[in-house]
Amino acid sequence: MTAIVEKRAETAVARGDAPEPAPAAPAAPPAGFAGTLKRYPLAAIAALVLAIIGLSAIFAPLVGTTDPTALNPAARLQGASAAHWLGTDHLGRDVWSRLVYGARVSVVVGLAVAALAVVVGLVIGLFTGFIRWLDPIVMRVMDGLMAIPGILLAIALVSVSGASLVTVIAAIVVPEVPRVVRLVRSVVLSVREEPYVEAAVSVGTPLPKLLWRHVLPNCVPPLIVQATYVAASAMLTEAILSFLGAGTPPIVPSWGNMVAEGRLLFQIAPMNLLYPGIALAITILAVNILGDALRDRLDPKLAKRVGQR
Amino acid sequence: MPLLVLQRLVSTIPVLLVVAVVVFLMLRVSGDPAAIIAGDTATSAQIEAVRQAFGFDRPIWEQFLAWIGQVLQGDLGESLFTGLPVTTLIAQRIEPTLMLALTTIVFSVLVAVPLGVLAAWRSGTWIDRAVMVFAVLGFSVPVFVLGYGFMYVFSIELRLLPVQGYTSPFEDFGAFAQGIILPTLTLSCIYVALIARITRASVLETLNEDYIRTARAKGQVERTVLFRHALRNAAVPIVTVIGLGVALLIGGVVVTESVFNIPGLGRLVVDAITRRDYPIIQGLILFFALIYVVLNLMIDLAYTMLDPRIRY
Repeated sequence: MTAIVEKRAETAVARGDAPEPAPAAPAAPPAGFAGTLKRYPLAAIAALVLAIIGLSAIFAPLVGTTDPTALNPAARLQGASAAHWLGTDHLGRDVWSRLVYGARVSVVVGLAVAALAVVVGLVIGLFTGFIRWLDPIVMRVMDGLMAIPGILLAIALVSVSGASLVTVIAAIVVPEVPRVVRLVRSVVLSVREEPYVEAAVSVGTPLPKLLWRHVLPNCVPPLIVQATYVAASAMLTEAILSFLGAGTPPIVPSWGNMVAEGRLLFQIAPMNLLYPGIALAITILAVNILGDALRDRLDPKLAKRVGQR
Repeated sequence: MPLLVLQRLVSTIPVLLVVAVVVFLMLRVSGDPAAIIAGDTATSAQIEAVRQAFGFDRPIWEQFLAWIGQVLQGDLGESLFTGLPVTTLIAQRIEPTLMLALTTIVFSVLVAVPLGVLAAWRSGTWIDRAVMVFAVLGFSVPVFVLGYGFMYVFSIELRLLPVQGYTSPFEDFGAFAQGIILPTLTLSCIYVALIARITRASVLETLNEDYIRTARAKGQVERTVLFRHALRNAAVPIVTVIGLGVALLIGGVVVTESVFNIPGLGRLVVDAITRRDYPIIQGLILFFALIYVVLNLMIDLAYTMLDPRIRY
């Protein structure tokens, strides 16, 4: 009984208020793009916001920016002007440029962590769900990793391995993996008992092929949803790491670093801290809204329940 | 029943063992631990001395057993910087963190549970939607943004509350109360969002049950239906999430304490990072993980009180 309760609450933590990971959820029937937009107007706005952020990160040199690391002590802490759209920071660097280039770090970290955590968690989850002797061992390791607060684990990993973008990404992936493993495993455990899987086993399908052909497709919809939440949480953790001085090196213009630098003169120039903070909040909000819409869309059980109401 | 409680207790041992192994290996996977501890400017002779002193020249399993033996006796090692035992440092710094955690949990539960019940009761209306929007927002706004935002509005613009700092409630309760308001609000946001969401989902489910219809049919007051019948039966997932959310809380404490300059355990970690004081980092991770595991164990055992259908 407790196991059920635990599983339930835990997926609830990982994915907001969704009741259960959609076991064996077949992909929802495709609907028109316009129809989707109409049903999820908020998600459409979120997608648009993310597209703008993503594009300006890619084309950062083309959106009215100058060198984000160029110092100009004579022009420090200026207000907004035609030359400096959002003013300058305490070293005379252009805040708008730093904000746009900072988006690159957040986008890269979000995408990289989501991709890595999903791939690693998927492989571990698929095998641990199917190989019975492996399951208790792997799950105890995952329980142990989950007992360590994610931010602390990431802080510790960065502080021992030195600050760089790669170590930051790796350090954020480690605490995210157990959540993906548990999600995949719960799907595998329910799919394992399905007649078509039993049939495949009985005709001697090799395990890798079985996992690939019959089990993996069931994992994809919940994983897509989970990936968005992982990306949001990764961007947040990256900023927190930088903020605490255990993230990307200070010379890199990232939102977390901008917030960390903005602390020093917060009482004089609060906007230098609040701009990157607000940019971060908007980005994470957009990713979360998109994730919620995807969850409603890809989880037919939930969609049905909401529809009944 | 006591046997099953014992079983549940025993089942936490492998979890804690994994935590210990991870914490122990952390220093080893990233190269020579002696070189890391000795610092960037150390000579090879100094590194050798550190290696001897810490026993890094012995086989790794021997080191682990020695270390775990110390930990089991309550010895988390000494700070590389001040030489003080890590346990002493934790004892010195625990009060502000404990106070902040307590005010946050109390405040969050008091706000989030009624909000969640309200949203479930009026599901589909603007009240429900407002609560859900807040829940998504609370999850998305980074703790430090919120902290500095509050500080900007309430301390710098309106000058209502102190900007930073912490006063012990045992010294000056008024100053403590004033100083703890903003950190509590900051830290509560994500926790309120989490609990309100779960409360809403959980109460929504129980409101469909037959006994709710029965209660209403017999003319029970709506408030009693909601809080006595619906909320009580929805309590288990809510309490579970309060426990699991402590992990979020611990992460948030580290940031909130830095924002508001509160000298607690979170600041101890951050200071240890800047000084690369590994025994403190290791000791605190172990300490937080232990608290998390023990707390969730206690909540697990408390289910029997909340829901008599659950038996151990």
